[in-house]
Amino acid sequence: MNTTDILLWVVYPYLSIAVLIGGTIWRYRYDKFGWTTRSSQLYETTLLRWASPMFHFGVLFVLIGHIGGLLVPKSWTEAVGITEHAYHLMAVFVGTVAGLCTLIGMALLIARRRLTGPVFAATTKNDKAMYVVLAGVIVLGLWATVKANIAGGGYDYRETVSPWLRSLFYFQPDAQLMTAVPNSFKIHVIAAFALFAFWPFTRLVHAFSAPIGYLTRPYIVYRYRDPRPGLRPTRPGWDRPAAPGRRSNGR
Amino acid sequence: MRVMAQIAMVMNLDKCIGCHTCSVTCKQAWTNRSGVEYVWFNNVESRPGQGYPRTYQDQEKWQGGWVRTATGRLKPRAGGRVKKLFSIFANPKMPSMQDYYEPWTYDYEHLLTAPAGDDFPVARPKSLLTGQDTKVTWSANWDDSLGGGNEVLAADPILQKVSDQVRQDYEKAFLFFLPRICEHCLNPSCAASCPSGAIYKRAEDGIVLVDQDRCRGWRMCVTGCPYKKIYFNHRTGKAEKCTFCFPRIEIGQPTICSETCVGRLRYIGLMLYDADKVAKAAAVKNEHDLYDAQRSVFLDPSDPAVAAAAERAGIPADWIDAAKRSPVWDLIMRYEVALPLHPEYRTMPMVWYIPPLSPVVDVLRDTGHDGEDPHNLFGAVDALRIPIDYLAGLFTAGDPEPVRATLNRLAAMRSYQRRINLGEKPDDSIPAAVGMTPEEMNDMYRLLAIAKYERRYVIPAAHAEDAHRLEQLGTECSLEYEGGPGMYQTGPFGEASGTPVPVQVETFHMLRSRQTSDGFTDAGDEPRRVNLLNWDGNGRPEGLFPPRRTDSDQENKS
Repeated sequence: MNTTDILLWVVYPYLSIAVLIGGTIWRYRYDKFGWTTRSSQLYETTLLRWASPMFHFGVLFVLIGHIGGLLVPKSWTEAVGITEHAYHLMAVFVGTVAGLCTLIGMALLIARRRLTGPVFAATTKNDKAMYVVLAGVIVLGLWATVKANIAGGGYDYRETVSPWLRSLFYFQPDAQLMTAVPNSFKIHVIAAFALFAFWPFTRLVHAFSAPIGYLTRPYIVYRYRDPRPGLRPTRPGWDRPAAPGRRSNGR
Repeated sequence: MRVMAQIAMVMNLDKCIGCHTCSVTCKQAWTNRSGVEYVWFNNVESRPGQGYPRTYQDQEKWQGGWVRTATGRLKPRAGGRVKKLFSIFANPKMPSMQDYYEPWTYDYEHLLTAPAGDDFPVARPKSLLTGQDTKVTWSANWDDSLGGGNEVLAADPILQKVSDQVRQDYEKAFLFFLPRICEHCLNPSCAASCPSGAIYKRAEDGIVLVDQDRCRGWRMCVTGCPYKKIYFNHRTGKAEKCTFCFPRIEIGQPTICSETCVGRLRYIGLMLYDADKVAKAAAVKNEHDLYDAQRSVFLDPSDPAVAAAAERAGIPADWIDAAKRSPVWDLIMRYEVALPLHPEYRTMPMVWYIPPLSPVVDVLRDTGHDGEDPHNLFGAVDALRIPIDYLAGLFTAGDPEPVRATLNRLAAMRSYQRRINLGEKPDDSIPAAVGMTPEEMNDMYRLLAIAKYERRYVIPAAHAEDAHRLEQLGTECSLEYEGGPGMYQTGPFGEASGTPVPVQVETFHMLRSRQTSDGFTDAGDEPRRVNLLNWDGNGRPEGLFPPRRTDSDQENKS
């Protein structure tokens, strides 16, 4: 284990997570108005109707797979009787299907973005950079899986990458675990942390506002007018004069 | 009884001349920005016609509004919560740009910069979406005044429903205009469709608004609204809708569309209603009962029990007083001449319409009958099936009876007042024939024909003290005009990211600086622009014409 390992597997992930959290808070405070999917469905529907659900559902399954593979310790799955072989088969099968869905969906979406005039015109530089990083992470991940399973006999990342990732969360980072990992996996991990750091500054923030609350809230939302007298937010250090005779309706 | 107040509007369609002034002033006030070029919070449709966006009334296709389930409850027609979340990645029922129209501008610059040649230079239409040349094929009122003929008319969803014997001969067609804004429904299906909960109904005055900071651009509201009055801003990625000009309403002024209405056909007033009854009334089984069901939700403010309950609910005294004087109450409940637009969507719309009698009168006159004679009129209202059925398709879910009753009242008023106008003895049997007293008929006539500004718009100011709002006008940064450094900064996350400018301040400063500036809002553009708003017609403002060539120039050339 040398300095490069420490930098790559301890300093860099922590920095990236710090940027992700800090950046998200900052973005939320500074730019609620810009926090949106910026959907391009209005411009083009036919292709989007297939490609977008394919990509998004694919990527959600990939996410579930990553949570299962990285955050759940191997000993737990074995305790409930799932052998390494069974787990591996399932992960490779489901993972490849989800990964391919994601890849095809993304390819269609990127092609659509480039080839549909209005959609391309609405694409910012930030979007383009985001697509490069996001596509990079997905392709590198698929490549690592395919390479390990076709060229080799499969790679059990649950012995190395997973404990290392979990060690980050207990604040006892163990960079040693990552030294023997194949390069394809290393590159995927590095790219993923780059994506995390970039995340808060892109349109990807819409993932954080997945509207789960919709399932439980009443259909119609009522709100009372803002209590502040003008339209300008109250600034620090300014006392608001007591509003005379406010309505005492239940709030 | 849970009393709530709702600011509501009634439009008298007989008076609409289709001048689009309301649309234009609304656009100037609210949607003259990039990303909302195609957005018309107020639009005026010709009827029959396809409407805007095209065929929006065909809910089989667009899936807007509510449906009654087998258990007698309501759910959004496009699907409940789970279905919505599963279709969130690509809304299957959203109109595309082609259903509205592709916004465009003209390449005016070419007119000034084209090299000398044999042909006159032309300003080509350029798409505002791509910047490329485009072909203009549709717009918000492309079929204005029956433009496009039978081909366009045949696609009118209401006309299709009326009957198969749709008038194919063009001369017999009837025409009226239908100005539309957001209905600010009591049971808004747009709000119900919003996964983020960003669309809300203001508890004080019932105005339905989109919280721009909470909207995440899921686009479900566009489908949810059966009137298609929620628009997607394609630059900011947020939903926008008619605001009922809430900054004006809050200080007691009518909306800009009403303020500038040439025909003075709009009425604004308060309605008190029982919020507990709304869900049940919206879910009555028979669609034909929806009109009466909605009327049963309204509460009579002159009833002391209602006034007391309103006071207990925290509604200020001047609001209750305004509700008593509300012209909207008079038109809907007292004279019963206003009808809701498409009650069958079950959203309980709150912009109501007085159906037009003019198609009937026109036909009578064209066939050589006296269009003012009460018996001719009553007979014609019954006999002219197409206009009645068509109006019923718009206003009463297809039930011709309320439309017939309304038109009979308008016809009676017309005949009754003509006799008075000609100095003849008033014929009190005419109001009696439609169940009104002569006094009521006179009052209705005054309200419909000659009501002054204060009678048409009874708007109590909101109860927030205004000192700070006034203060703010003087203290906000004066660079917040359009194109100035204070407005629509392009933030690091794309169009208009960053803290937004309050909407009232924005328009105030933009308009003020545009109208009063001696200079150009767009510095560096002087040689080709001149502010004609400030030009009184005298003299020749700098920049109106290109600089005159002097003799020395000529010499230099030769």
